[in-house]
Amino acid sequence: MMNVQGRPTTIEESEPVRQATISGDRGLDHEEKLIFEIGDVEVTGVDLPELDLSHDRLGGLARKQPIGLAGLSEPETVRHYVRLSQRNASIDASFYPLGSCTMKHNPRLNEKMARLPGFADIHPLQPQKTVQGAFAVIAELARWLKELTGMPAVAMTPKAGAHGELCGVLAIRAALRARGENRRCILVPESAHGTNPATAAACGFAVEAIKATSDGHVDLAALKDALGPHVAGLMLTNPNTCGLFERDIIAIAEAVHAAGAYFYCDGANFNAIVGRVKPGALGIDAMHINLHKTFSTPHGGGGPGAGPVVFSQRLAPYVPLPLFVEDEKGFRLIEDPQAAREAGAAPLGRMCAFHGQMGMFVRALAYMLSHGADGLRQAAEDAVLSANYVLASLKDVMTAPYEGPCMHEALFDDDFLKDTGVTTLDIAKRLIDEGFHPMTIYFPLVVHGAMLIEPTESESKETLDRFIAVMRELASEAKQRDSAAFKSAPVLAPRRRLDETLAARKPVLRWKPSAP
Amino acid sequence: MRYLPLRPDDRKAMLARIGVASIDDLFRDVPEAARDAHFDLPRHASEMKVERTLSYLASHNAAAGSFPFFCGAGAYRHHVPATVDHLIQRSEFLTSYTPYQPEIAQGTLQALFEFQTQVALITGMEVANASMYDGSTATAEAVLMAHRITGRSRAVLSGNLHPHYAETVRTMGELAGEIVVAPASAGVPEGLERVIDDSTSCVVVQNPDVFGSLSDLSRLAEAAHAKGALLIAVVTEAVSLGLVESPGAMGADIVAGEGQSIGNALTFGGPYVGLFAAREKFLRQMPGRLAGQTVDADGRRGFVLTLSAREQHIRREKATSNICTNSGLCALAFSIHLALLGEKGLGQLARLNHATAVRLAERLSAVKDVELVTQAFFNEFTLKLPKPALDVADALADRGIIAGVRASRLYPHDSRLRNHLIVAATETNTDADIDAYASALAEVIA
Repeated sequence: MMNVQGRPTTIEESEPVRQATISGDRGLDHEEKLIFEIGDVEVTGVDLPELDLSHDRLGGLARKQPIGLAGLSEPETVRHYVRLSQRNASIDASFYPLGSCTMKHNPRLNEKMARLPGFADIHPLQPQKTVQGAFAVIAELARWLKELTGMPAVAMTPKAGAHGELCGVLAIRAALRARGENRRCILVPESAHGTNPATAAACGFAVEAIKATSDGHVDLAALKDALGPHVAGLMLTNPNTCGLFERDIIAIAEAVHAAGAYFYCDGANFNAIVGRVKPGALGIDAMHINLHKTFSTPHGGGGPGAGPVVFSQRLAPYVPLPLFVEDEKGFRLIEDPQAAREAGAAPLGRMCAFHGQMGMFVRALAYMLSHGADGLRQAAEDAVLSANYVLASLKDVMTAPYEGPCMHEALFDDDFLKDTGVTTLDIAKRLIDEGFHPMTIYFPLVVHGAMLIEPTESESKETLDRFIAVMRELASEAKQRDSAAFKSAPVLAPRRRLDETLAARKPVLRWKPSAP
Repeated sequence: MRYLPLRPDDRKAMLARIGVASIDDLFRDVPEAARDAHFDLPRHASEMKVERTLSYLASHNAAAGSFPFFCGAGAYRHHVPATVDHLIQRSEFLTSYTPYQPEIAQGTLQALFEFQTQVALITGMEVANASMYDGSTATAEAVLMAHRITGRSRAVLSGNLHPHYAETVRTMGELAGEIVVAPASAGVPEGLERVIDDSTSCVVVQNPDVFGSLSDLSRLAEAAHAKGALLIAVVTEAVSLGLVESPGAMGADIVAGEGQSIGNALTFGGPYVGLFAAREKFLRQMPGRLAGQTVDADGRRGFVLTLSAREQHIRREKATSNICTNSGLCALAFSIHLALLGEKGLGQLARLNHATAVRLAERLSAVKDVELVTQAFFNEFTLKLPKPALDVADALADRGIIAGVRASRLYPHDSRLRNHLIVAATETNTDADIDAYASALAEVIA
């Protein structure tokens, strides 16, 4: 999660700092062309028979023009992608404290389990009696999610956090419709993830921002002023995007409910409290859970995720289709709205084809079973401990806008960089040269030049100490020396700063064959 | 706990540096009533024990590879080369995040740029994004995009669009306007041209449709364009694009597709990968991530996420979509498999699928009282059986043949479709599978 509004990287005049080589490659750092520049339409890396379709049944709709799709042999394919992979930072290779994204260890057991043929090689529409084990996984995961959150119902199908938000807000809309009310507004704190206002707008609501207090919490008085008969709900991230637990949350929930509205909690930061705190006790009505954050399904360079949503009793009837049912004959699905209504439900609709992110469900359940209730609690505590350790170790040389303690992420602003000529972006780019993935920068928006550091529970104290030492030195360098060393960074990465302004001004979004 | 590197002494030292006595002090903002919950859940377990538990559950599923298997209807069983799964499990792809720091994410960014190129090429479109969640959500986003472009809000959906897709579109799109869904018409032209009017933003049509039928979309595209509406073409079987005329060539304005067929396992319906391509003139209304080419400070080619002014993390409530995480690793699998195939391999694969399906269709429709409803098809077709398809498919499952998807599962209230069975064949089906299916079918309906 990051905001780069108004801060696209542009390239200033600078001398190349790299030592040239004859090949263009540098040691283990290889340049790699595009598939379309290496391969050829006549080349394939798969051995398939060449069939002559003597009688096709395509109804005259066979492709008339060639595609122009280059292929590679298998060795070329492997080399291409291995070289590309070597140009990526990853949590496996380095500290990746990207705040709000929860880059924690991804156990390989989970990968192995998801690839069992009994999970990977089953079709979503094969007869239900042949997939009882899959339903059992979904039921067990649902049980864990409900127990961990203290909520009575869960919608399993949303495919990512933002998709879960959509599901939750659609449920609120359905509940209001059932009450015969047409409330038009959703309240969203200024510090919210961009997905929150985007979701509310996608569901047809007007968005009204709620201010934060000077100590980084929702302004309860401002919230109460904003509440009224036009308000459908509040979307609040807790722990919030400043890394703080909303200590007035019960009063917030009461105020929202007293106004006849619903309380949506963005559960992106559930990893800070899982195994310790049941959000159900806080008065929330819906909360999505990013299985790819809290329960460590791999981020995969930007998905796939999974975003089940837990619901309070008030929203439980609106869980989207399909419904998962267990009776004496085993598990089955209710996929038809009419049958769902006959069973007493009032589904809000369908979030996607089929039954959700099964591959992610298996991984998340493997993670939960491995940790158990005690391990999940320890993981949350270690995440919070590590973040507070970073905060405590850096707040004398950097500036923390809020006192703390924080939850799972430590937030700094750029006040300590005042008059140095060095920016938050520069700090991030210098960290790259130091072998770390930068923290989240310029998010949350409520803090100037934000740096949001989320170490997670997966790092050793030694790694944290090394990172802290580097950050302290960078802060000191920024204050003492000229900013040039910062402006040219990174110089040790596969690429130096990229011209994002050019990319947006003259979009080149695909390869095209050069003119003959 | 094997995943946690902090040692008891580390924790003590860290608490001391923070200046608190215990971890509880760090949770002091949590209301007391919720601070120390009890959980009715087991304690941590060894890797061996977890593996045993999950393997036991997996063994209660009938894996498609252990049977003659013919289910399709939006998810297809294809052979995925070992290279694909190996490469996507490389740490640097598997355990990285959305490429926000392009200097150390060129691997993901270049792969996405290549993916966008491949998707644009096979769909016959000018631009494609870096993926959506799946085909159904991509379709819903396409409808909303068409609303934005045309300033209209009435979407016309083919009755032969996968009903799950239609329901997904309805769930998301009902808020933004009217969704008109035509009745299903297995194997016969729908005449959607007649339903398009001056308030129609888009017509959504699947090709091959959910019954497997192929149709020429050109006339529908012309009819839509004549009324100022867009044609959204949906493709749920991406392998078909190796043999069938592309949606772009038939006049589609937006293509929403499911990419699972290429590079991705069935996995009970997810995670899959949504394909999304459009005409270049609609670029700024597109949802989702886009990777673009640029240069770095040394003038070398590199890639970045671009045009993010469309996206929620910049535009918030004015964004084109609320999508954030998409389906990166599935898109990578798709791209690697397609790089291995190339045009030559994709064509061969598509022809093999078609030939297998033709052979199967001929064998099954030769069974007494079985009618082939689908005239033109790629690798999937619909049979009309003399008995309810539910009973036939169940009886075949008892004989170890997963015969296809009964239409009544997708259209439970359309009594005309009770005897219809949607059957898919791919390169994974052998002659022995076909023989077994044909003879078992003859027995079951006799």
